[in-house]
Order: sequence, then C-alpha cells, then structure tokens
Amino acid sequence: MALLQISEPGQSPEPHKHRLAAGIDLGTTNSLVATVRNGIAVCLPDEHGRTMLPSIVQYRADGDVVVGQSAAQAHTTDPKNTILSVKRFMGRGLKDVIHVEAMPYDFVDAEGMVRLRTVQGVRSPVEISAEILRVLGARAEASLGGPLTGVVITVPAYFDEAQRQATKDAAKLAGLNVLRLLNEPTAAAVAYGLDNASEGVYAVYDLGGGTFDLSILKLSRGIFEVLATSGDSALGGDDFDHRLFCWLLDKARIAPPSGEDARRLLMKAREAKELLSVCEEAPVRASLASGEEVSLIVTRDDFARMTEHLVRKTIAPMRKVLRDAGLSADEVKGVVMVGGATRMPHIQRAVADFFGQEPLTNLDPDKVVALGAAIQANILAGNRKDEEWLLLDVIPLSLGLETMGGLVEKVIPRNATLPIARAQEFTTFKDGQTAMAFHVVQGERELVADCRSLARFELRGIPPMAAGAARIRVTFQVDADGLLSVSAREMASGVETSVLVKPSYGLSDDEIADMLKEGIEHAEEDMGARALREQQVEADRVIEATEHALEVDGALLDDGERAKVEAALAALRELRGGVDHAAIRQGIAALGRATDEFAARRMDRSIRTALTGHKVSEIEV
Amino acid sequence: MTIDLQRDFFTLFGLARRFRIDETVLEAAYHELHGQVHPDRHAHLPETERRRALQWATRVNEGFRTLRSPLARARYLLELEGVDPGLATNTAMSGEFLMEQMEWREAVEEARSAGDVTELEQLHHRLRQHAREVFEVLERALDADHDLETAAETVRRLMFLEKLQHDIDDALEALET
Repeated sequence: MALLQISEPGQSPEPHKHRLAAGIDLGTTNSLVATVRNGIAVCLPDEHGRTMLPSIVQYRADGDVVVGQSAAQAHTTDPKNTILSVKRFMGRGLKDVIHVEAMPYDFVDAEGMVRLRTVQGVRSPVEISAEILRVLGARAEASLGGPLTGVVITVPAYFDEAQRQATKDAAKLAGLNVLRLLNEPTAAAVAYGLDNASEGVYAVYDLGGGTFDLSILKLSRGIFEVLATSGDSALGGDDFDHRLFCWLLDKARIAPPSGEDARRLLMKAREAKELLSVCEEAPVRASLASGEEVSLIVTRDDFARMTEHLVRKTIAPMRKVLRDAGLSADEVKGVVMVGGATRMPHIQRAVADFFGQEPLTNLDPDKVVALGAAIQANILAGNRKDEEWLLLDVIPLSLGLETMGGLVEKVIPRNATLPIARAQEFTTFKDGQTAMAFHVVQGERELVADCRSLARFELRGIPPMAAGAARIRVTFQVDADGLLSVSAREMASGVETSVLVKPSYGLSDDEIADMLKEGIEHAEEDMGARALREQQVEADRVIEATEHALEVDGALLDDGERAKVEAALAALRELRGGVDHAAIRQGIAALGRATDEFAARRMDRSIRTALTGHKVSEIEV
Repeated sequence: MTIDLQRDFFTLFGLARRFRIDETVLEAAYHELHGQVHPDRHAHLPETERRRALQWATRVNEGFRTLRSPLARARYLLELEGVDPGLATNTAMSGEFLMEQMEWREAVEEARSAGDVTELEQLHHRLRQHAREVFEVLERALDADHDLETAAETVRRLMFLEKLQHDIDDALEALET
C-alpha cells in the first residue's frame, strides 16, 4: 500500500551508518520496547524509569488518549472508555471473546473484528493497539535520538493469520516499519540461547497475560530451529485473576457487582495472585460502593485448587507439541519460562513434573521476549552482517481450502518451516464453468465451520470447458512473518488471479486508509455493502454446495431428513434475493444446522474412502 | 549467490541420489543454504531482493522437507526415476497386507472408543517399530537391488502406515483435549 512510503533501509544514502532498530513486546497486560546498545540488549524506560507500559488505553471525553500507568488509574472510575487487554480482541469477532459478560465495554459486533464504542467514537482493536505502539515507538526514538529504521514486534506463536495481520496493521497505523513479526517463544529462546550459548532441544513455556504458547526449539551452531509449536491464544494470567475474582464473589456472597466494584475486586484478585507467588497466603481487603467491606484470606493451596483446571489446560498442548516434534519429555535439555504468569509456584511445579527437571528462570520472564526481539531487530536492520545465527520458525496452524460439502482440504500443514509454498490442483465441476470461488481457512478441524475463515476470492475468465477439464492450480505462499498470499491460475489458458490474504476477520487496506484519515463513518457504510455482498456470495456457495451434496449423496438421507434440508434450502434461496445481510447470514446458519447430520455422514464416508487410500492430497506432487 | 535452485534436491543439498542419506550432512547443508537465502538475511534490502530470497528459502525448505522424511524422499526418488508411486495407477494391495491393516485399525478403534491413552501410545510405538522394518525393505529395493517396482509397492504400504499413524495421533489428541 502506498500510504506510508518509508524509504527502504537498504537504499539508505549512508549504508554504513548504524540503523536504529527496536524490539517491541506488545503484551496483553504489559508492553515493552528494547534495543541493542553497545552490543547488549536493554529494555528502554520511560521518563520515570519504568520499562513496563501497562497495555491500557483510555479515551477521554476531552479528546485526549492516555496510555499506560495514567490510564491504569482511570480503570476503576471510567471503565467503559479504559481498554485493558486489547490483545485479546485482535483479529477476533465478538463470539470468540471469552468472559464478555465480565467486561465493562460497549462492544460493537462489526463484520469481521469486534469493535468498542468509546466516548471518542467506535474504535477497533487495531487502532487501540496502535496507540500503545505509538507510545513505545516514541519512547525508543527519544531514547535513541533519531527515527527508527524498523521494529520487530512479537506475537504469540499460536496467533493465527488474522491476529498477525491485525498486529501488522496496528504497526502501520502507528507509523512503524515492521521488519518482522517474531514469535514470542522464539524471541525468548534468542535471548536465552545467546546468553547461555546453549546447544540441544529446548522447550519454551510462555504463559502471558492472555495467551499461552509452547514451542520446541533445536539450537545448534547458531541455528534456532522451531520444531513444533502449540498453545491456546485465549488462555493466560488474566484467567487466573478471573478465577480468583469469582472465588471472592462467591466467598463474600456478593451478587453481580457493579462495573466499578468488579474492576476493584479484579484488581485485588490480581494483587493477591502476585503476592501468592512470594507468600503462602494473601489478604484481600476492599470497600465496595455500597460501603460494604470485603476481608478475606486466600492461601496458595486455595489458589492452586481453584485454578487447577487452567494449569491442566496447558499440559495437553505439551504432550501434543512433543508428539509433533517426534520427541519425548526426557529428550528436552532445558525448559525456558516466559511471561509474568509463570511466576506462580504451582505452574512451575506442574512444568517441572512434566519435564522431570526444574525450569530455567534466570532471565526476567517479563523482559526476555522484548530483549530477544531487540537482538533480532538489530540484525534485520542490517547492523551485524557478521552474525551467523538464524531463526527458522514454523506456521502454527494448518491452512487449507474449502471443498465440496464444507470440508477442508489442507494445503499447508501446521509446523511447516517458513517460508513455504504449496500448490494444489482443482477442477471445475460444471460444463462451461467460467469462474471458481475459493475459500481459504485456517485450523486443524475437518469441517470448514470449525476453522477460521481467512479469505474468499474468485478466479474469473476461465475459458468454457467440459466439467473436470480445467486445471486450476492454487498456490499458497506463507512468508517468514507467517502471512499468506494466494494465487490461482488456470493452467491451459494461463488466466491468473492473486490475492494477498486480508482476512475476512481483519481490516482491508481501504479501512486502514480511512482510519488514517479519520474517515470512519464512511468506511462503515462501505462495510455494510461489503457485508451484503459477502453474505450473498456465501449464500450462493452454500446453496450450490448443498444442491450438489443432495445430488451426489442424497441416498444418505431418508425422506423426512431430506425434506428438512430442502425446506432450509428454499428459505435461504428466498432470503438471498433480499438486501438484509444479517437475515441471509441467519439463513445460512439455519441451513448449516439442517445439514449438520448430513455433512457428518458425508464426512464419515469420505474418511472411510480415504482409508482405502484414494485421497487426493496423498497423490499430490 | 551461486546456487542453481532448479537443480534437483539431492544436487541442491550436495547428496548422492540414493535413499540412504547421512542426516547430519543433509542438516548441515540445510543450515548452510539458509545462511545464504533466508529472508532474514535480506530484510534490510529492497523489495525485489526480498522477494527473491523468499522464493529461494521456500525452495530450500521444500527440499529439506522432502529429503528429511524417508517416505517423501523415497517418493521423490521414484519420481526422479519416472515412476509414479501414487495410488491412482496402483495395483491392488495384497490381501495379507489389507488384513493386517484391518487388525491395526480395529485395535486403534477399540482403544479410541475405550478412551485408553496408554494403549494408543503403545500402538503408536509398535507401529513406528513396524514401519522401521518396512523402511529396511524399501532401502534394499532402492539402493541395493534397484527394484523400482518393489520400491513403489513398499512406498504405497508405507503410505497406509503413515495414515494410520496420523489417525492414532488424532485420536490421542482428541482424548487429551
């Protein structure tokens, strides 16, 4: 996009000049910025000497935007306009956000990513994150005494395409040139590996405020090779706070609290959690708006018991990631702990038990990610050509295309080393078909409905041929940031189309342009039209897919079942002609429900067919 | 940069064109190649060069993935020999093999529906051991006897075993979450 023409670092008129670069850890709870100074990575403090910037943004009625500690003070008095943990909303629709009911925000379930209504108008998570990045960028420039060539921003390894794209968009909005999005565990490994000159297989257990990542890396002769990664992009220290908060409400017999009381108690819960990392028990005292006093004592054992299920949720990914890497727990030479939440003693105990060794904690778990990002930023800016180390990272979740019947054909498997390209061939299924629609999804499940929808595009201008005669080659390319571009080409005619995937869950370039110009109302109108178009396309696709499924596999249904499917199909056809995109979406969902069992049977059969060895993906080149 | 990326993967990684390879040599070559082509080495350069680096690194990754996995390597070797090991044109698998497959599948299904993680893990290990033996057959066919027909058939058998291994892993994953 041509909005921010930042001169290419390589074309700098003074090629030997030291280029200023920074690493940014854009965290759920706190964010940091670090740089390499005289060969050593350091976190940069603000004017009060604080390195951690609380990831809190307050939109004030007077038009000011306040970020960090000052905003934190407002979070009990002005909860609606003071946004905490915005990272949880990045690239997410409202239905994906957990604990919505406990949040004081005025959510707007916009098409794509959720938005928040503030006193300054509706804001997207991308814009809110950009405010945090802007502050950190300014801090780095003030500290380094010049404009930044570029930054490395860290993201949870388990972030999907939509979340990564949202992060990159936020950086664009903040006017930062992103050299690379780096996975947080990999950044931590860089900071540790270089510090300890280690060789061998390491596990990185990264429990942040809102995300959990687990990576297995092999370090050898300066190569950091990620073997496998797993995690949960909606599990973090916040959930432990929330558990303790619920326990407090229960113990103190408080009915659903007011927004302000909830904020206060949540803060008390967080303080108690932190205290329990160093003490056996922690007092909780709070006065509520009603004048009522809360005074309780929580012990380590209480806390461990009430959060046991959360700790267990981190164990299953550990097994999975080891299996993906083809290793057993005793082959892991060291376990690196990252993220403030790993200070909790019962977490450390669980990890030690699993791997049969005490985890490494000699670097500050809050800073290690930013430090690793700074080291990598320094290299990517071109300051240290002599450096011999290299990061080989992987894609955390499989990418695929929707095929008939709402099934996913995987094109790129999870844990494939980046960059990667894969091509798959498809064909037309109707005589004279001149266009073909593609639906790109990400996830491990077999049904499209269970995966994240990333993008849709069409290849048009296919010369009319008999069904099955066209050969359409779809190529997925994922770059080193984990971002996808897709192109499709009809091999006989050479007709081609390509899209850089801008997820349906993300923002379009136009939207970013409009935000930069503050033209947000206009963008919303466009979005309404786009939403309708998308729903119509979706409806057409679903109708056609269902018709096809009935034609091919109708025998799998009895008469009554078939009548139900046909009724839902007729209803959707009717809605498709209208202009109400919400109604069309409901119609699509209704048809989805009506064909659920049918799809399951079809899937069952396709799996059985696959077992006999006739699966398309196994015959690929 | 003087690497010809259109060369076949064995040549690209400096290996003899045979099934048995020295994995440490492969890995060293992989790291060596990435030292030159990885996008991180070119992040400060203009767009066109970065794009080229992306293409090169992609090719290197594809080569490494193909050569590192014994099954993918065998398929690639057959492909270079002009033999299609794919299933589209295959001859029927032997009845004995199919019977064996059914027994495996039943065992997996039983353990899965009983929610028996330990049993599934044992099946996982037993299957891996079994595959190792079949790979020895494959190595003989490709490197010693140059018997491409046997090699292709063995590859097909291994594809079944790999699919089975995936199913066990999926079942384990489903039980753990």
